[in-house]
Amino acid sequence: MANKSSAIVPSGAKPKPFVTPQRFLVYTVLIVCAVFFLFPLYIMIITSLKSIQEIQSGNIFIPTMTPTLDAWEKAWNSACTGLYCEGVKVGFWNSIKITVPSTIVSIIVASLTGYSMANWPFKFSEVFFTILLLSSFIPYVVMIYPLVIITRELGIYSTLPAVVLVHTIFGLPLLTLLFRNYFASLPQELFKAARVDGAGYWQIFFQVFAPMSVPIFTVAVILQVTGIWNDFLFGVIYAGPTNYPMTVQLNNIVNSAQGGKAYNVDMAATILTGLVPLAIYFFSGKYFVRGIAAGAVKG
Amino acid sequence: MDRPNPLFRNLSSKLASLPMMLIVLGVFVGGTLWTVLFSFTNIKILPIFTPKQWMDGFVGLANYKRLFNSDRWMSCPAITKIGQESWQFKCTGAMPNMITYAILAIIIMISLGFLLAVMMDQKIRLEGVFRTIYLYPFALSFIVTGHVWAWIMSPEYGLQNAMRQLGWESFSFGWIADRNMVMYAIVIAGIWQGTGFVMALMLAGLRGIDEDIWKAARVDGIPAWRTYLQIVLPMMKAVMVTTFVLVASGAVRIYDLVVALTDGGPGISSDVPSRYIYQNFSANLGQSLSASTVMLVSMAIVLIPWIRMEFGKKSQA
Repeated sequence: MANKSSAIVPSGAKPKPFVTPQRFLVYTVLIVCAVFFLFPLYIMIITSLKSIQEIQSGNIFIPTMTPTLDAWEKAWNSACTGLYCEGVKVGFWNSIKITVPSTIVSIIVASLTGYSMANWPFKFSEVFFTILLLSSFIPYVVMIYPLVIITRELGIYSTLPAVVLVHTIFGLPLLTLLFRNYFASLPQELFKAARVDGAGYWQIFFQVFAPMSVPIFTVAVILQVTGIWNDFLFGVIYAGPTNYPMTVQLNNIVNSAQGGKAYNVDMAATILTGLVPLAIYFFSGKYFVRGIAAGAVKG
Repeated sequence: MDRPNPLFRNLSSKLASLPMMLIVLGVFVGGTLWTVLFSFTNIKILPIFTPKQWMDGFVGLANYKRLFNSDRWMSCPAITKIGQESWQFKCTGAMPNMITYAILAIIIMISLGFLLAVMMDQKIRLEGVFRTIYLYPFALSFIVTGHVWAWIMSPEYGLQNAMRQLGWESFSFGWIADRNMVMYAIVIAGIWQGTGFVMALMLAGLRGIDEDIWKAARVDGIPAWRTYLQIVLPMMKAVMVTTFVLVASGAVRIYDLVVALTDGGPGISSDVPSRYIYQNFSANLGQSLSASTVMLVSMAIVLIPWIRMEFGKKSQA
């Protein structure tokens, strides 16, 4: 680069010494941190493969020589929550029952709201949108009790619809922002052309915008599924004991110490609870990052 | 010419936004107002509360006085003067615990996140692998995070026991069972869960900086570390403010992590405001609502830098 005038310009990168002290430092920091972040995953996995005797006599760092899946089987099927002994599988199915409708409803409401805000503004729509965005910072505790009253008045408190409603409400600010920004970034000529051709609100949404918006819907689904799956608070308050999601079941299993603590079962149950969001994260890394960054890099 | 009623213009759009408007008015604005208003009453029972009940139950600031007199919320008994100038503060209770967590989480997560982002920006090999490793805890819930770290930090069988077995007899890591250290244990778990996210935000910020800045700095012979600290860092003000607001607002809300990791223990030494409020809803509604209002105010304080930035941007333009 510095030698522009010379006739022969060497191509490719300048050869570098094999390891400079700087590179060494960089990789040292990166690897030390990676060890810190991986450590709990390692501990979770090896603990879940041990027998309880090995845990009591052994060392938390050292993997077992005789791995067994007994703890996994017990965590899934028969671990006790204090109320009954059916493992985390009850919570797993409850979490699916909560996550699927909550994700669908919240995305339908938010995508339409975002579309209205971006392309069909009306009087005071900006005001509503601003309040909506600020609302994402209101601590949940402030609205928990009013929402208990609202769901009770609607006659759905302590049922599945209540928790779906609450997830829809609290997912709305971020999702609306996501969709509004996306729809606003689409070429406006497209919208105008559709208008000239006589398409209305719903036609443009379903026939023009929705087919172009698969990426943003993917991001929204990932965001909602992980967020709702990981929720504890709304599940414990609004879902009612028969619908407790997996996080609540896990917490109850770990905290119920019937016949001594079974750390191997606890860790297996913990991994099982984290498995769905982890799988989503590993298979959709790019979209996951985009989703979590979407709220942060608002314009 | 017959003008259509303006209310019906854009009708589809209004209809589609109706759920959002109802939620904004009914839940976000209405619910918040309700909580603030009824924090000034001694109302106790659940049936829906009317303006008349509000007037009858009005007790002014009594709930707030009781709240701040409650040791569980906040008590600073040990403000002692050492020598001429220096004071020693030792506050306990839910509110100081949350503030301790917030300050440490903000400082550590932002500095570690920035450091990692800078390292990741050095055209390293396996960038994707490192990013995946740093970010995966963010996909896990606080409940999962809390239980893993509770197991690792368990004084009985965890890290402490393992180190002693390996021959380090004096090694001590019983933070989650120690009243004075338990909040730091929660900070460790919180950092593990959230730093990857901060790193991802910072890395996006670094990548957004104009390449020419780097070229200019190199031409001027400024070493890379100074370029980062004195040129790039100030340019990332927006990302920093956003990160600060996100981390701080998460810290104000902290709940699940504490429930899973310590459940407020030992005793109530790691209680946090959200947990205090949920536990008092049935017994002491008015006081819970006043505590919620205090949290609302805390959140507003956290938002000030962000609001200033947004507002400042508009007034300049």
